[in-house]
Amino acid sequence: MLYDIFIDPFVQMYDMPDFFLQVLWEGFVAGILYALIALGFVLIFKASGVFNFAQGIMVVFAGLTLVGLNENGVPAYLALILTIGVMGVLAYGVERVVMRPLVNQPDIILLMATIGLTYFLVGFGEFVFGGEPKQMITEQLGLPTGSTAFEIGERGLVILQHIDIAAAVIAVLMVAALGIFFNKTRIGRALRAVADDHQAALSVGISLNQIWAIVWFAAGLVALATGIMWGARSDVSFALEIVAFKALPVLILGGFTSIPGAIVGGLIIGFGEKIGELYWGGLVGGGIESWLAYIIALVFLLFRPQGLFGERIIERI
Amino acid sequence: MFYREAGQFKTSYKADQALMPILQDRVGLAVILIIAFAVIPATANDFFLTSIMIPFLVFSLAAIGLNILTGFCGQLSLGTGAFMGVGAYAAYKLTSIFPDANVIVMVLLSGVFSAAIGAVFGLPSLRIKGLYLAVTTLAAQFFLEWCFIRIPWLYNYNASGAIEVPHREVFGIVASGAEATPLARYFIVLGITVFIALLMANVLRGRIGRSWMMIRDMDIAAELMGIRPLRTKLMAFAVSSYICGVAGAMMVFFWLNAAEPSSYSIRLSFQILFMVILGGLGSLSGAFMGAAFIWILPVILKFVPGLMGIDLAAETIEHATFMIVGALIIFFLIVEPHGFARLWAIAKQKLRVWPFPY
Repeated sequence: MLYDIFIDPFVQMYDMPDFFLQVLWEGFVAGILYALIALGFVLIFKASGVFNFAQGIMVVFAGLTLVGLNENGVPAYLALILTIGVMGVLAYGVERVVMRPLVNQPDIILLMATIGLTYFLVGFGEFVFGGEPKQMITEQLGLPTGSTAFEIGERGLVILQHIDIAAAVIAVLMVAALGIFFNKTRIGRALRAVADDHQAALSVGISLNQIWAIVWFAAGLVALATGIMWGARSDVSFALEIVAFKALPVLILGGFTSIPGAIVGGLIIGFGEKIGELYWGGLVGGGIESWLAYIIALVFLLFRPQGLFGERIIERI
Repeated sequence: MFYREAGQFKTSYKADQALMPILQDRVGLAVILIIAFAVIPATANDFFLTSIMIPFLVFSLAAIGLNILTGFCGQLSLGTGAFMGVGAYAAYKLTSIFPDANVIVMVLLSGVFSAAIGAVFGLPSLRIKGLYLAVTTLAAQFFLEWCFIRIPWLYNYNASGAIEVPHREVFGIVASGAEATPLARYFIVLGITVFIALLMANVLRGRIGRSWMMIRDMDIAAELMGIRPLRTKLMAFAVSSYICGVAGAMMVFFWLNAAEPSSYSIRLSFQILFMVILGGLGSLSGAFMGAAFIWILPVILKFVPGLMGIDLAAETIEHATFMIVGALIIFFLIVEPHGFARLWAIAKQKLRVWPFPY
């Protein structure tokens, strides 16, 4: 038993490096996608202190809108632009209808409001586009679909899906773009100011409402990109919402307010989950992917209660 | 005018400290209890009992359980569904190990197991606070759900992987299993719910309940004033999980008859959390109001289009229900973030000063 836990998995890793690399790659891709969802959370949390539970559903909703429009005869690129428009309208609507009246309410009320939003979006998405899973329009969007095999050592083979590579590249580009946006543009600076201190930001003439709408829109764009990538790996349906729950430990692991934290957290969870499932999962009957992420996050939290990159929590009486 | 405590003098400390010092409250509660114990059983049909009243009571009890943890002790939990599941599976195992025992006792005992598990998952709450705590309870949710699927011993190695409630009699009346009458089930569920609710009403205003509220308001300050955080928080987790576990066991034994792991999924946790928030954090009567709203609204929505003569597909109705419930939740949070309990308090105040509001 002890041998199975402590030695055998490592022996396997050494014996079959190609399989191990494949697992690592899988973990990397999953981690990137988790990180993208967590990124959407972080954007909104930083700017408004709202824990946006609906981010996962926004991912599905964006993907569904894109595919649904395409199914109804809209060309792929036009559908993409229209979907961006829809996310913009959604951002504005959420800011106007949900967030503005709830300013200054306790965290848990805001959390609940976003869960309410989740229900609404699930119902609305299924109402408009139907509940059955849909195929993502990968090819029409000009994304690569094939795969490349690399030979490792003498007999090993690692297969990389092109779509996964594209996902990784897009994720990196997106994070870079967000970094530039946050640091170099006027609006980005305003966003950071709002994140630091709402009242101080207000006093120098930054419109909170505008900033929130922008931030929700940015989160919507991130959601759209995530939706396309995730949809290309599996079908687009509301079953994907389970992925949104996965983003939670990622977020908590990285700290609520840190963009690098979201990325690192995503990668840790992605790697940990895949390696744990494939090398240790068999010992307890498999399927441990569903909860391993939470346990990993929990272990990290016990040592750093504010997450890896979170701001230190100072309590005063 | 209708609700005025003027003239109700108390002549002893005991009377002054009573659970309900105001006559109107006592009358109101008595009326509600009479309706629940006599009027509804006498008039309601089976459909009303099985699809509205029994689930409503089960959910109310679960909402009370979560309310103790989240509303009174301030620890956010997203694992309610799993704790209810623990109760259900424990009750199932207990009845299959002790087939002759009284099933009501078994249901009440099953909560002990979920209390133990709840206390274990409550341990991190000493170090992790606020929204971060959500992840530990989510860990509980997904881990326990996985256990329900992967440990065949829990469901007696059934091929279906679901638990089915056996036929059991209590004092010669069929209490559980497919043959149990809705009326018998209703009385059992009602009895347990009322008993636990009254018990909790008393616990919450006593020393234990007040120490929970101190922890909720500020745990460091409470610690300085001599409340032990470890004991108090774990007790809140244990008591809350006990009640949720009993509710979960009642859910399968007296309502659904059979349950599979997906019955106790995260959706159930959210549903209960909605009940607590909409009803009002930190209010027992709010738990009932929230449960009524969240459970009964979709049931009504299902029948409204039919009554209005509009013929809609079942799917469409389901989607529309989702939308409407989501929108209403947001609406109520905006209108009254403190829930129905606050609305009720406002209404009582209005009644008190009516008809001269100034």
